[in-house]
Amino acid sequence: MSLETAGDVKAEWPPYEVFVRSKRGLNHVHVGSIHAADDEMALRHARDVYTRRNEGVSIWVVPSASITASSPDEKDSFFEPSGDKIYRHPTFYDVAEDVPHM
Amino acid sequence: MTVQTEQTKQTEQQHFERTIGHEQRIEPRDWMPDGYRRTLVRQIAQHAHSEIIGMQPEGTWLASAPSLRRKAILVAKVQDEAGHGIYLYSAAETLGVDRQDLTEQLIDRRQKYSSIFNYPTLSYADVGTIGWLVDGAAICNQVPLCRSSYGPYARAMIRVCKEESFHQRQGFELLMTMMTGTDEQRAMVQESVDRWWWPSLMMFGPPDDASPNSAQSMAWGIKRHSNDELRQRFVDMSVPQAEVLGVTLPDPELAWNEERGHYDFGEPDWDELSRVIRGEGACNDERVARRTQAHEDGEWVRAAAAAYAQKQAHPVVEERTA
Ligand SMILES: [Fe+2]
Ligand SMILES: [Fe+2]
Repeated sequence: MSLETAGDVKAEWPPYEVFVRSKRGLNHVHVGSIHAADDEMALRHARDVYTRRNEGVSIWVVPSASITASSPDEKDSFFEPSGDKIYRHPTFYDVAEDVPHM
Repeated sequence: MTVQTEQTKQTEQQHFERTIGHEQRIEPRDWMPDGYRRTLVRQIAQHAHSEIIGMQPEGTWLASAPSLRRKAILVAKVQDEAGHGIYLYSAAETLGVDRQDLTEQLIDRRQKYSSIFNYPTLSYADVGTIGWLVDGAAICNQVPLCRSSYGPYARAMIRVCKEESFHQRQGFELLMTMMTGTDEQRAMVQESVDRWWWPSLMMFGPPDDASPNSAQSMAWGIKRHSNDELRQRFVDMSVPQAEVLGVTLPDPELAWNEERGHYDFGEPDWDELSRVIRGEGACNDERVARRTQAHEDGEWVRAAAAAYAQKQAHPVVEERTA
């Protein structure tokens, strides 16, 4: 896009997804979305909208268009590889009761 | 339609119904019936618009709040309502609609907002009464929506409800303070309660037998209780609070019914509700005009920010034109 078209750019701001770390030691969690013209504004808007009462110590914003999601239609087949691998769980293994610290 | 897609559709429909039946949440990328999506968009948009328009009646009193403390509280409250609007627009957008479109539909009056905000705020006591009764009624409506079947809506409502309790308490405290003041202040509170009581009861919508879409919304888990149930709950909550405040609720039929275990109360003026919904309330024109003006006044800011962002993202273009 050239600068000349900037004059009639539709003043629509793209959506960003917002992730907040509520306190140290926890993962960032998705809390919702906001609209902003650019990344920096997205961060400010996210702060004003989602952390007005100390709900967070850190914020991530990601343009919504950049997110790739698994499709609910392929739910079964997509997650199937983990379904039959019961040996990935500690309970799969028989260990005598008297083995310490295990 | 081929046999196979017909079958797929049936499986999807079953999956949807099972999810609702098991009290699990429907999430944005799940298949859902068109009617479910449409109902949600209408309800969430209307709710979002109410939060945004709801800033106006109280916003009027920001500049004339009687103390810095009261002003700071009111600013925080009005700011929260803006936040509620944004949470809700964000939830609506997960259904494939666009916030800009919703705003345009509000401005064009194709979509509605809560009838309550079409009443004027004539005295400063109204700030307290709105917090106590209007936010109180909103809480009654919204707490069950935290379990709404649509995930993003339910999550937005949880966030909203946490903040609403501050709204109601600051209102009650404001009224309580006035009630311990002069006779004139007490009279102001009573006059304000007299004006807001009935419109607050109407916030729950028409009576159940005149609310044709409610049954479907309840079957889909979008709504959890009928209008009349919620209205009763609100009356039962408010009567003892009014006693603590020392105000009289303007309904001669209000009386405890031992048998039902609820308060009996009079019939709101449903014609008035229809008139206000049709756009003939005291402030409908003013509210929409104000929102339209804010939208238009902000246009150059949105355009400038978008142009700036584009310029930052494409510095090469700038070199060429320089
Ligand atoms: Fe609100
Ligand atoms: Fe509120």
